Amino acid sequence: MSWEVVIGLEIHAQLATKSKIFSGASTAFGAQPNAQACLVDLGYPGVLPVLNEQAVAMAVKFGVAVGAEITRRSVFARKNYFYPDLPKGYQISQFELPIVGNGQLTIKLEDGTEKVVGITRAHLEEDAGKSLHDIFSDRTGIDLNRAGTPLLEIVSEPDMRSAAEAVTYMRKIHQIVRYLGVCDGSMQEGSFRCDANVSVRPMGQEELGTRTELKNINSFRFVERAINFEIQRQIDLIEDGGTVTQETRLYDPDKDETRSMRSKEEANDYRYFPDPDLLPVVIDDDFIAAIKAELPELPAAKTIRFAESFGLKSAQIETLVGDVDMAAYFEQVVGEGADPRLAANYVLGDLTAALNKDSLEIAVSKISAVDMAGLIKRVMDNTISGKIAKEVFEAMWSGEGSADAVIESRGLKQITDTGAIEAAVDQAIADNPQQVAEFKGGKEKVLGFFVGKVMQLTQGKANPGQVNKLLRDKLSA
Amino acid sequence: MPLSKQDIDHIARLARLEVAPQEKGDYAEKLSQIIELVEQLGAIDTTGVVPMAHPLDMVQRLRPDSVTETDQRDYLQQNARDTENALYIVPKVIE
Repeated sequence: MSWEVVIGLEIHAQLATKSKIFSGASTAFGAQPNAQACLVDLGYPGVLPVLNEQAVAMAVKFGVAVGAEITRRSVFARKNYFYPDLPKGYQISQFELPIVGNGQLTIKLEDGTEKVVGITRAHLEEDAGKSLHDIFSDRTGIDLNRAGTPLLEIVSEPDMRSAAEAVTYMRKIHQIVRYLGVCDGSMQEGSFRCDANVSVRPMGQEELGTRTELKNINSFRFVERAINFEIQRQIDLIEDGGTVTQETRLYDPDKDETRSMRSKEEANDYRYFPDPDLLPVVIDDDFIAAIKAELPELPAAKTIRFAESFGLKSAQIETLVGDVDMAAYFEQVVGEGADPRLAANYVLGDLTAALNKDSLEIAVSKISAVDMAGLIKRVMDNTISGKIAKEVFEAMWSGEGSADAVIESRGLKQITDTGAIEAAVDQAIADNPQQVAEFKGGKEKVLGFFVGKVMQLTQGKANPGQVNKLLRDKLSA
Repeated sequence: MPLSKQDIDHIARLARLEVAPQEKGDYAEKLSQIIELVEQLGAIDTTGVVPMAHPLDMVQRLRPDSVTETDQRDYLQQNARDTENALYIVPKVIE
């Protein structure tokens, strides 16, 4: 029997605010345990939550970016469950009236077709703390620094039909929140996380199969693997005559399998009710208009503009636009006067390779956009050849300074003085009579041999175009 | 519908409350009475009435996004039953 896979994702994006959603404690990553957990975060009796305006603004910004309805009067609710990393005994979340309503997102599939994925809603909530199980053998340690960090939970419709589609959608959401600057997108630090609802049904059947919820997926690669594992598990189970149980399952990347989290089951009775500590949040036209006015250029618009302005290949544009920081770097290089095509080649080639090698993000590149433009301009004005540029790039990467400084200190300035090149060409010809004869006999490939010789004689500094022309002229004479 | 003793078990477990076996019947009866009392509201036609999220007819004030809290961990942890390495310590949570 053939099966259809149905996937919906719940993405938790930590909002990039300075302070928590309901308290004035810092949200900075990496602090000493519990140094950023104040009375409100600890759930002390008598404290009151006060809502962070930026968290609301960021949620609305996301909603506007995906064309969603913004709920003009949204309500916070208590989601009740007991867990040590949630001292109040409830999480403040939103239930019936989330701040962001229906929206949609267009993703591009592997075969080049486009697909619209529905966004059911996005709501604001507070994050829980962290339970540390590994430090003590018989007890659990609790760090509540993360408790109260604002989260935007983005819930999709069950519109994805494969693990690959789910990952594509997730990458797209990641790209948008990074563009908007509402989330730093770091999956390692847990600021962008995903739960996947997965079910299968016989092809052609309307009714959805029983779903399981996969938790604890913290990389794009694991999302794909976890979903694929779960799809196969469900199909095998049904084909062997069993039935899928609706449950929460944990993905274990070390074993590449999912397993049941039975402890979560009974707790799934959350008894939501409106939080009496918080009044309804009213968002007016002015608030939305102000956010629309400061909305940055989004990937789709940037892709079109890059195609129109820079004459690049679509694969290049896709990679450049894919990361907001890379797009900004590229534009800065071009803005400094570098040729866009050369700029794209250097950013996607040498620079990306160097960044990968040193595991660096482009935002902290060892070569600034201004210096990169400086290098490209020396290629453009024939001060150095493309080959020498590689050497200059390496030197700049190791901290030897700007392109001009490296060219000067290493004496790499290209020889464009015809007399000097001509002397080298003459010598190469005089030194190699046998190859001259071969060339005259019609063996065109020998030209490359002569170019190599001339480059050797000039330490690679001769202008390759001039060398070629002079060699041809002289050999054909 | 009146609550059963099993319902009381479930509710108590969700609330992490310990209820003695001999008390369960009493709880079931009294909680059922509360529910009956509230169910009378169902008799009223609320078509077109906007659900009330809060008894105060006001809207939420927002605060600017700035860090106003300082580290008071040592002071606050004096209230904890057990701490170690700056962590709050709880019985083993098994997953």
